[in-house]
Amino acid sequence: MDLLAQPWPWYISGPLIGLTVPLLLLVSGKTFGLSSSFRHLASICSPNTKLSYLKENAWRKESWNLVMVAGIVIGGWIGMRFLSHHSFPLLPAEYATAQGMIKLFLGGVLVGFGTRYADGCTSGHTLMGISNLKWASLVATVCFFIGGLLITALAQIIPF
Amino acid sequence: MQNLRTFLIGIYFGIVLIKSEVVSWFRIQKMFRFEEAHMYLIITSAIVVGALSVFLIKKLQVKTVGGENIQIKEKKFQKGVIIGGILFGLGWAITGACPGPIYAQIGSGEFLAVLTFVGAFAGAYLYAYLHPRLPH
Repeated sequence: MDLLAQPWPWYISGPLIGLTVPLLLLVSGKTFGLSSSFRHLASICSPNTKLSYLKENAWRKESWNLVMVAGIVIGGWIGMRFLSHHSFPLLPAEYATAQGMIKLFLGGVLVGFGTRYADGCTSGHTLMGISNLKWASLVATVCFFIGGLLITALAQIIPF
Repeated sequence: MQNLRTFLIGIYFGIVLIKSEVVSWFRIQKMFRFEEAHMYLIITSAIVVGALSVFLIKKLQVKTVGGENIQIKEKKFQKGVIIGGILFGLGWAITGACPGPIYAQIGSGEFLAVLTFVGAFAGAYLYAYLHPRLPH
């Protein structure tokens, strides 16, 4: 039980994360990918929209995606509340300031906009797409890292 | 039934995201600063397991537990893969969360992540609005 409450080492947690790909294919028959949940939610929230990207989205057929993210919320709670000795912070304390909150929001906009434009995120491209040997997904993943490395390096030179 | 199974897979994934700590901003920072191999090892081993499974599923033409054929949606290349990919990378480093982890962060009680979620939701709207004008 004590081992379970420690952070799981990469050689356990990495393969367990990878197993989500076949689990979802075999059990639900679905192609893994989570960033489309934002599109579905946007479609649901604006049923009379003229925006074709939201209007021409068959979100009812893809509702499994929202069911899965609901599961992730519960899984996050279980993992922190019951499977860890102490809850630990996932974000730095600075983010609790007004400036930090704006940063989180704007970062979120980049996550939502970027993953929709790239048609996938770390789950759809990096895990599912590369596992399916798609070039587009490898390119996408390299670009995720270019973006992340770029801003991290920049933040070290000019703190913002 | 199908929804219940998918929900359980979501719970499983959420637990692993927390216990692997890949949903931690601090881990993401250490990855992008090359201070720690943790994230790289997790991503690589996850891809190895994923790729091996997909290979076997295709090779053995495995069906779903419900007896249906498995069809994998194919990702196609377009300019957005590069531009959107880089923009997402910026957001990933700032928020310490990609789409799946945003939900796990909120569930774990890191309620500031609601702002990341609201931002991502707004970002999807922004994309929907600009969609006809963006190069693809």
